[in-house]
Amino acid sequence: MVKSNEPVLWLLFSAGGMISAMVFPILLIITGIILPFDLAGEVTFERIHNAVKNPVVKLVLFFVISLPFFHWAHRFRFTLVDIGLKPVSFLISLLCYGSAITGTLVAAFILWRI
Amino acid sequence: MSTYRKPVSNTWWLERKPYFFFVIREFTSLFVAGYCLFLLVFIAKAGDSQDAYTTLVFSLKSPISIVLHLISFIFILYHAITWFNLTPKIMVLHLGEERIPNILIAGGVYLGWGIVSLIISWLILGG
Amino acid sequence: MATGGTYLWKRRVSVSETVELEIFRYCPEKDTTPLFKSYEVPFREDWVVLDAINYIKDEIDGTLSYRWSCRMGVCGSCGMMVNGVPKLACAAFLKDYPSGKIRVEPLQGFPVERDLIFEMDDFMNKLTEVKPYILRKEGEEKPIEEGEYLQSPAELAHYKQYTLCINCMLCYAACPIYALDSSFLGPAAIALAQRYNLDSRDQGRNQRQEVIASHEGIWECTFVGECSVVCPKNVDPAAAIQRAKVSSTLDWFKEKIIPWSKEK
Repeated sequence: MVKSNEPVLWLLFSAGGMISAMVFPILLIITGIILPFDLAGEVTFERIHNAVKNPVVKLVLFFVISLPFFHWAHRFRFTLVDIGLKPVSFLISLLCYGSAITGTLVAAFILWRI
Repeated sequence: MSTYRKPVSNTWWLERKPYFFFVIREFTSLFVAGYCLFLLVFIAKAGDSQDAYTTLVFSLKSPISIVLHLISFIFILYHAITWFNLTPKIMVLHLGEERIPNILIAGGVYLGWGIVSLIISWLILGG
Repeated sequence: MATGGTYLWKRRVSVSETVELEIFRYCPEKDTTPLFKSYEVPFREDWVVLDAINYIKDEIDGTLSYRWSCRMGVCGSCGMMVNGVPKLACAAFLKDYPSGKIRVEPLQGFPVERDLIFEMDDFMNKLTEVKPYILRKEGEEKPIEEGEYLQSPAELAHYKQYTLCINCMLCYAACPIYALDSSFLGPAAIALAQRYNLDSRDQGRNQRQEVIASHEGIWECTFVGECSVVCPKNVDPAAAIQRAKVSSTLDWFKEKIIPWSKEK
């Protein structure tokens, strides 16, 4: 009845969009100037290290990274098609979602190893 | 009798301002993906040794890092603002006959954004 | 304000006030390619582009072909591209174009038959495809003797906005997706579907999903949003489409996760 995969892809896109909109700006400020220039006092390695070792934090980080990847994949795929690459739209979908899946697996791997 | 079809060029998005800003909005997704990659590196180093992490943080002081962060921040901020401003269109809520005004819904999302940012700052930076 | 006047000793002297209309002309019997013809039209404070075009037809060039009717923004006949923007010719005031040059073309995205007249068959087909009438479930049709389906003002409020569409097709002209691919169902058709989907008297949402939730339906839309910007009736088709994406996604999950709740 409904087109098979689009709703799932759109949901991933929406979730990733909301997460990146809510969370990335403050993270950019933190990794961009606050941490490198110690603007919030000294944030020790131990604090950050123990945080990323925490399983709940790992789960949150997994979604914070994976979903925005899918947001990019979906949005970029449509943009490339609209800019004129419609003839190769299947290849574009493959590359975009393939990259997002790869990024997700890499994120899972890295987080698992910590 | 033949009809005429005006050809559409691939630079259609350069012809009008709204179309141009639409494509810019869509291209912010590249910076989203880019920052995801950076976060992966950051987390990998943070989970590694003190040396690895300190080296990374030190390299964040470089002009390249600052410029990339600044450009990414501008594009991702544009993504965030356009995203939040469009939320009332998707979330249509009625109270009886009256529709809840868009500005309240947008206001709610922006407030949520502020709260989330504060919580994240507190979690990472402490104090 | 457009003027054909001159400056004498720093005081503006109006000789004549005119506006130049550059109009797309295509005559399939004579031309193989279209061309633009310029016409000098008097400037009047209260004139709209439609008035200028009517003046051209009456006084200058009777061969100019175009559609118009009510001249007050309710019939949806006079949609045209005015300086590259889809507009109702009866709603575009000459005074809002201070450069004094106005380019008029047929609505973008549709095949042109002659001058400013385009073929709207694709649009008309799409309107019928979304089943724009109240659909009731099997056995739930109320017989005439039982009276009307009742509806409260609150229930009306849910879909009233989508009833205001005058089928002017400005939204299709503004949509870059439709310009690139005319198989896209389009803003007005989807807004019309939503008008019935959100109507409390209707039970036909599932039947419309075949068309709405197809690849040529809502999923081709990338929320450019220009359709809602140009809509002269504030129907907001862009929002209708995004809301349909949300409900279609919920449908999809219900279908996959609770397959036994499937209903025809």
